[in-house]
Amino acid sequence: MQSTTLILILAAMSVVAFYAGRRRSVALVGGPRQGSVLHSLPGYYGYFTAIWLLLPALGVLLLWLFLEPTVIVALVVRGLPETYQSLSAGELNLFVNNVQNLAAGDAISGESDAVLSDAAARFLAYTATSRRLLATLALGLGGLGGTIAWRRIRPDLRARNRVEQIILLGLIAASSIAIFTTIGIVLSVLFEAIRFFQKVPVTEFLFGLNWSPQTAIRADQVGSSGSFGAVPLFTGTLLITGIAMFVAVPVGLMTAIFLAEYSSQRIRDVAKPLLEVLAGIPTVVYGFFAALTVAPWVRRAGESFGFDVASESALAAGLVMGIMIIPLVSSLADDAINAVPVAMRDGALGLGSTRSETMTRVILPAALPGIVGGILLAVSRAIGETMIVVMAAGLAANLTANPFAAVTTVTVQIVTLLVGDQEFDSAKTLAAFALGLMLFVVTLCLNVVGLHVVRKYREQYD
Amino acid sequence: MESSQITRRKVEAGLPRRRRREFLFQLAGMLATTVGIVFLGVFFADLFVKSSTAFVQTFVKLDVEFTENVIAPGGEWDLTYADFDGLVRSALRSEFPGVSGRSERRELNRLVSVGAGYQMRDMIEADPKLLGARESLWVPASSIVDMYIKGNIDASLEESLRPLSDKQLSWIQKLQDSGRLETRFNSALFSNGDSREPELAGIKGALMGSFYMLIVTVLLAFPIGVAAAIYLEEFAPRNRWSDLIEVNINNLAAVPSIVFGLLGLAVFINWMAIPRSAPLVGGLVLSLLTLPVIIIASRAAIKAVPPSIREAALGLGASKMQVVFHHVMPLALPGMLTGTIIGMSRALGESAPLLMIGMVAFIVDVPGGFSDPATALPVQIYLWADSPERAFAERTSAAIVVLLGFLLLMNLTAVIIRKRMEKKW
Repeated sequence: MQSTTLILILAAMSVVAFYAGRRRSVALVGGPRQGSVLHSLPGYYGYFTAIWLLLPALGVLLLWLFLEPTVIVALVVRGLPETYQSLSAGELNLFVNNVQNLAAGDAISGESDAVLSDAAARFLAYTATSRRLLATLALGLGGLGGTIAWRRIRPDLRARNRVEQIILLGLIAASSIAIFTTIGIVLSVLFEAIRFFQKVPVTEFLFGLNWSPQTAIRADQVGSSGSFGAVPLFTGTLLITGIAMFVAVPVGLMTAIFLAEYSSQRIRDVAKPLLEVLAGIPTVVYGFFAALTVAPWVRRAGESFGFDVASESALAAGLVMGIMIIPLVSSLADDAINAVPVAMRDGALGLGSTRSETMTRVILPAALPGIVGGILLAVSRAIGETMIVVMAAGLAANLTANPFAAVTTVTVQIVTLLVGDQEFDSAKTLAAFALGLMLFVVTLCLNVVGLHVVRKYREQYD
Repeated sequence: MESSQITRRKVEAGLPRRRRREFLFQLAGMLATTVGIVFLGVFFADLFVKSSTAFVQTFVKLDVEFTENVIAPGGEWDLTYADFDGLVRSALRSEFPGVSGRSERRELNRLVSVGAGYQMRDMIEADPKLLGARESLWVPASSIVDMYIKGNIDASLEESLRPLSDKQLSWIQKLQDSGRLETRFNSALFSNGDSREPELAGIKGALMGSFYMLIVTVLLAFPIGVAAAIYLEEFAPRNRWSDLIEVNINNLAAVPSIVFGLLGLAVFINWMAIPRSAPLVGGLVLSLLTLPVIIIASRAAIKAVPPSIREAALGLGASKMQVVFHHVMPLALPGMLTGTIIGMSRALGESAPLLMIGMVAFIVDVPGGFSDPATALPVQIYLWADSPERAFAERTSAAIVVLLGFLLLMNLTAVIIRKRMEKKW
């Protein structure tokens, strides 16, 4: 039986259970008129029954679907002849893949032989048995749970409290997903990164000046050992982030000041949504624009001034990234400026200072922590930005501070290392996770500090 | 002189300088504001100019013959191996009887897309009575002809510098003169999956992939996000655990999206063994990515419901859970929906994490389910932007227009919901 069919049957059963539970509760007290004798509203007895039907059934279903593939593969492998048992892990894996493909009716690599077709047949048989077992078990447990709950219905059963307790548990579980996501991120990058650092020393990764992750397949090929010094990636990321900040911070800050202090309400009503559109454009679209429109333009402009500009210059990617971050900086700066008490502003104006003097001497110094926090968040955003640099920045890891040269970034390298088919044990693939760990740690620090500063600052004037 | 007058004179002496500064400061602010808006204008103008030509395509009229001994040799139908391309080639040759020699014929054949053969196969499959008939067909021209007709190939260049030879140009001229060349609406763009041939490539596969992913995302992220928001706003005690959850949500909202891709690769694909490239994995990753957005928006919506509603319901004897689900949630729902739609629009535009989980594969078939290999609209844009063929550039722009159209639609819906349904207390 398909698991979707099973879920549909369970859904239908739970509806039946709901009505059965509700009817029993009403019948127990002798009709709907005596409803006030019940501890809870009749509907809660229905929910109570349905929940106890669904919970065990779904629990079994999830556990089963999670364990099934591993168990079936183990069973199939155990039934193989001796010679296959002693295969290396990789070869065995390939064989199991072939078995699965043959069972699914897909193309397989290599010739099919008796052992393979026999294994595929057993694979199919095990799968069928497993599905039958699952269906029986899930429906049986569900039915059992539902029946027990149904029989336990008494007028004084505190059904509402029981149901609400379970709902509360569900709510807690939902809110804990955020924590599990963070743990998942940390563990998934950490484990692979540790495996990487077993092959490449941490010091080489952090301080090495040469990045060329191409590892040869055979030992005697040229460049057979890749080198994993990530410093050129860090400088490249910093260069592009620096260019982006060079655009975004002054423009965003001045925009926020102009809209908060000088412009009329009508201009504000037009300009703010337009700037928000800038924030809503997908980054892949910015990347396309940077690669096909801005980069050639930067190149032409640079050449007319006599500079030698690479076609994938850091400048083009940084400029477009800066434009993308303007709305973020301007909205955070706007928040910070608006949080400064009006009394300070009025006081400065009342003493005769001009509006620009009020802004630069009173409001901005007062708002500085908030603005700095916002800039930290913007920097974290720029460091983690992927699509613009993947499309507009280069792949060559040059250690340079020249904005006209092509540089590469951490995110570009993660994408290049992981796109396409790779074996999961090579240092090349694992390097992506080490870079991911760096990226996560750095942006996490920036975010924590940035968010903390912004919040502390807001509280200061509240 | 009195000291007040001295002060006054000092102030007046400084005034021109201060006024100039004031003016410059204001000017700088104005310029900064225009930078973003000017960029937006340039960007959209560039996009529309580039994409405008992608919505039409050049077609060639050919007189093809559904020759019996090619399609059904000896009375036996053979649609898989029949040489439909050969039929197209012979139709071209009968159009230009003067063409001889292998290389010249090859040049001639390059004028018509390989899609012409598929078109013939589909026709005869749909209507077997065509066998042996002679038909006038409009078939797609190849992308180089299309580019030339749209003015993207400069005929005045030297022959070796352009993709079309002098002979090909003269044939195109002849086709144009006899009315056998026409530009029509490019329906392939919306009805085909990806293809190596620009004139056959479409975004339907990517659109369906994005659609399936968003379904998974909304089914997971909306209930979980709303549940988490309700717990944090209405039930959570002020303790370490709730603080930890709060800090986590705020941080996750700012974690680079590519890191979520690494999570998806390590957890969903390598550990849980969900197939690569499937919309299911993409949807799972995107739902983790949009959860913080939805939770933050939903919490704001719940906070906006006045306490008097809760107190009134509590006073009438409702339990805490009943207060939340019967009274607070319906009132906060518009805000929650708005947040969800905005989260979905962010998910629709996201591509970096999808690169990590194998959704960049070249996939021709339109996906038909949650576990079929698929790609997504933004990833398709990325793939096409990387293609060297000139003709893909305009299609990329067209795909971007479609993507931005969807985003606009979603955001408009969110604005309308907010305007129509949100109550001001």
